[in-house]
Amino acid sequence: MDITTAVQQVPLNNYIVLSIMLFSIGVMGMLLRRNAIIAFMSIELMLNAVNLLMVAFSAFKGDSSGQVFVFFIMVVAAAEVAIGLAILAMVHRNSGSVDINHLNKLKW
Amino acid sequence: MLLYLFYILSAITVGCALLTIFSKNPVYSVLFVIATFFSIAGHFILLNAQFLAIVQVIVYAGAIMVLFLTVLMYLNLNKSVESSKPLLIKIAAMVSGGLLFLVLIASFKSGLSIAPTSVRGDAGLIKNLGNTLFTEYLFPFEATAVLFLSTMAGAITLTRKK
Repeated sequence: MDITTAVQQVPLNNYIVLSIMLFSIGVMGMLLRRNAIIAFMSIELMLNAVNLLMVAFSAFKGDSSGQVFVFFIMVVAAAEVAIGLAILAMVHRNSGSVDINHLNKLKW
Repeated sequence: MLLYLFYILSAITVGCALLTIFSKNPVYSVLFVIATFFSIAGHFILLNAQFLAIVQVIVYAGAIMVLFLTVLMYLNLNKSVESSKPLLIKIAAMVSGGLLFLVLIASFKSGLSIAPTSVRGDAGLIKNLGNTLFTEYLFPFEATAVLFLSTMAGAITLTRKK
């Protein structure tokens, strides 16, 4: 069995449904939890859902540009996590918790 | 056969993602998200995206999640001290997440009949990926270097004690 038929054995619709599930779980976690670190992990879940969808389309189209975009998404996610966790460490130093309900100074 | 493998991997992915957002202890959440990323790497292998599978394991499960664990240890957050939201808000969050799922599924259901045209199974091999990355996308690749440099400077500046 060559690789092309092997990739085609799983229909593209399955990957789309799986990605939508992962993205919805990420959104749900974002709305459900107050811990800022878990909110960050929900963002990572959403990014991974997009990555999975992009790799699936790229593999089915036979175009490697989609996978290069996934590579860039991973790079940006790494940078975002580094900055976000630095901000969280600073917030924790100033207010003693990472509860996002304490971050309401900009609210009026 | 591969379809069953896909279903098993998908069950692991979705289950671990659900456990991530529902477990009380943040350390368990990080461990479950690492399991999710490993199963997504399995999906990448199933799609013959070998380079991205390796990068997923090394960068996501290896570097990013270890960074999460390090910050959890550094801030001493391994107990669940989180004040839980009111029940109404929890139900509203679940319902809106489920509704988003339904809307996305419905929007894809009507307009999706993708016949895979000109399938080449070798798009994810390192050779083709490197060719695309270093010819067509050379400028974004260089820009990420600047992005990482500014990220490093920003992280150091943010966490420095005054």
